[in-house]
Amino acid sequence: MDDAQLLHRIHFAFTITYHYLFPQLTMGLAPLIVFFKALYLWKNDERYNRAAFFLGKIFAISFVFGVVTGIPMEFQFGTNWARFSRFAGGVIGQTLAMEGTFAFFLESAVLGIFLFGEKKVGQKLHFLSAVMIFIGTWLSGYFIIATNAWMQHPVGYEITAAGNVQLTSFWALLLNPWAIYQYMHNMGGAFVTGSFAVAAIGAFFYLSKRNLEFGKLFLKTGVIAAFIGSVWMLFPSGDFQAKMVAKHQPITLAAMEGVFKTEKGAGIVLIGQPNVAEQRIDNPIIIPNVLSFMTYQRWDAELKGLDAYPKEDHPDNIALLYYSYHIMVGLGTIFIAIMFFGALQLWRGKLFSSTLLMWVIMLSFPLPFIANTAGWMTSELGRQPWLVYGLLRTSQGFSSNVSAGNALFTLLGFMGIYTLLSILYLFLMYRVIDNSSDYLDPQEAV
Amino acid sequence: METIWFIIVALMITAYVVLDGFDLGAGISHFYIGKNTNERGGILQAIGPVWDGNEVWLLAAGGVLYFAFPVLYSAAFSGFYLPLMIVLWLLIFRGIGIELRHQMHHPMWENFWDFTFSVASALLAIFFGAALGNVIRGVPLNSEGYFFEPFWTNWRVGAENGILDWYTVLTGVVAFAALTYHGAAYLAVKTPDEMNTRARKLAGVVWYPLVALTLISLAATIWVQPKTMNNFSVFPVGWLIPVVVFGSLAAGRYFLAIKNDKGAFLASCGYLVGMLVGAVFSVYPNVLPASTGDQYSLTIYNSAAGSYGLSVGLIWWSIGITIAITYFVILYRAFGGKINLDTQH
Repeated sequence: MDDAQLLHRIHFAFTITYHYLFPQLTMGLAPLIVFFKALYLWKNDERYNRAAFFLGKIFAISFVFGVVTGIPMEFQFGTNWARFSRFAGGVIGQTLAMEGTFAFFLESAVLGIFLFGEKKVGQKLHFLSAVMIFIGTWLSGYFIIATNAWMQHPVGYEITAAGNVQLTSFWALLLNPWAIYQYMHNMGGAFVTGSFAVAAIGAFFYLSKRNLEFGKLFLKTGVIAAFIGSVWMLFPSGDFQAKMVAKHQPITLAAMEGVFKTEKGAGIVLIGQPNVAEQRIDNPIIIPNVLSFMTYQRWDAELKGLDAYPKEDHPDNIALLYYSYHIMVGLGTIFIAIMFFGALQLWRGKLFSSTLLMWVIMLSFPLPFIANTAGWMTSELGRQPWLVYGLLRTSQGFSSNVSAGNALFTLLGFMGIYTLLSILYLFLMYRVIDNSSDYLDPQEAV
Repeated sequence: METIWFIIVALMITAYVVLDGFDLGAGISHFYIGKNTNERGGILQAIGPVWDGNEVWLLAAGGVLYFAFPVLYSAAFSGFYLPLMIVLWLLIFRGIGIELRHQMHHPMWENFWDFTFSVASALLAIFFGAALGNVIRGVPLNSEGYFFEPFWTNWRVGAENGILDWYTVLTGVVAFAALTYHGAAYLAVKTPDEMNTRARKLAGVVWYPLVALTLISLAATIWVQPKTMNNFSVFPVGWLIPVVVFGSLAAGRYFLAIKNDKGAFLASCGYLVGMLVGAVFSVYPNVLPASTGDQYSLTIYNSAAGSYGLSVGLIWWSIGITIAITYFVILYRAFGGKINLDTQH
């Protein structure tokens, strides 16, 4: 792999990973804001409206950061991945253009009304604006997932005389089965991020003895939502996703599970370090036969290892892929455990006296961001060495007319700017939490 | 079909320039029209609810360009790599400048974001103008349909183009003047009292260099790219374009003189539409002319996506854009009228 290719990959990976920290939070918060707003209209209790307003503050700031870091993504298909864009633009140009036309206009037009128009438009329309924001952000997510899904599992295309792809079926592209399963899994992940954040804020309020009733409300809502979301990530959405990978990308499955050698009744690796040179897992803890069962529902089914496939088709960073996958699954398991205890204590009426558990919930809010990132790394590293699975290799896709030096220049620029953005974001979040009493006070209603 | 999508992309870019153009112009004149923090807050109030929607036209136009002309998208975006990245950085700073300023009431915080917003707006106007200049002048496309331009070479229009040469610098300055005028005209509509007077005065002063720059840039364009005249003989209706451009300038002068701010703003819109339609009209059916020889030029025919995709796209695009225009009508109605300096967030 030459320098330019590596730098273009890091360029995209860095900017998209950073960008996605914000949308996963806003897409996760949006349904919860709608929930509180609906509760307010139903019960006519101003406290729920305050809760929606406060979460709207967090949403709005995160949304701004999502927008400004999202604009570069659309450009980078062309700037850093020109040969890919020329190859695939005839298909994925559809979904990317639809995102702009259907989702961005909706979000940008309605956000102003949601943030500043509560008094102007009245409560019913304000509720509607919250619903529209929810729809807009989730619609945006679908178009992006459909784009990525086509790269994972190309459908509805034909190769032209010039060697590029062009669309042959609009509905095949839009209803790609991979897109549907990936969407279920990805949006579940965003919901987990949002609900963990709400639960953590609730725990913080409760533990620091401020806004106690909102502490209870956020903790209760957040724990229930996060429990449902975390289970959903394992089953059914995670299971579906894994079956898609097993069926269409068996090499990826072998690499992410760390299966180097084909065997009958393959075990699942819980912990261990992949030793790619020696083609084995060091210091492994393995549960026998489980992987074969999970993949084929037979304990002794043969599972093909990496040795069954030509080396040039192996993902090019097996170790990182393996760790990403195991971090995602490990954290997902921890989420279920934390929120199971949270929900159990809530049901027993003991959550608000379980100081230790509330501490754990408060401190765990960054983990879903890591799990979502690791999940995306699994998906993207697992697709390697292909850019479009089976059709275009990554080495054929980057902008070969943009030199490594130029790519490094702009990569460093983005790193500097995003460092600054991080500081600003954390500062503003601190202020929102610090001023929470004002936002939540019904007397201060704006 | 290709021509329809060429017109659609051109219309979307024009919509972007006319709409976000006044946001950029407001940024350029931020410190002249807004003399203190409160007044500058008023300017941001005037563009606050709409700027994000306006900027979406850029994203949507970019998306549609990618969809309809993937070959053009990949060549242009990678070839203009460096200036585009700087445009992205400026868009980031400008966006957070507008949105973070009102998060905290502290004079240094507000001044800092005012400054960021203003500088980023001014530079963006110049970059967009220079970009358009590059498209008209042509770029050194190779036989594979790619090119890469450094920022500058010898500042001359010749075989070894840079992004910046005397011609593209000129188009950048034209864009700067045009958007300053446009932004001032918009703020004259949206602001009361002294701010209104200053906005109108600024538009009046900028008008003179704008007329001069327009004439110079037209002459320079014909000299740099003589082929721009071809379409005028093929489609004589094109002669309406200079009529619109200079008619709008004259109308702008008239409306400024009789203090009709809305008229002056509409005249400025007409001027921008005329200039942009003129640019794409003279380039058509090329979308990116090659300075290395006509055979390398990208045209609407050799850069378009497949016909099935383009037909399907026409259906969803028509639906989507109708909905989008509806949002804009509602949004501009909801936040219409002059701003009130006493009711800031």
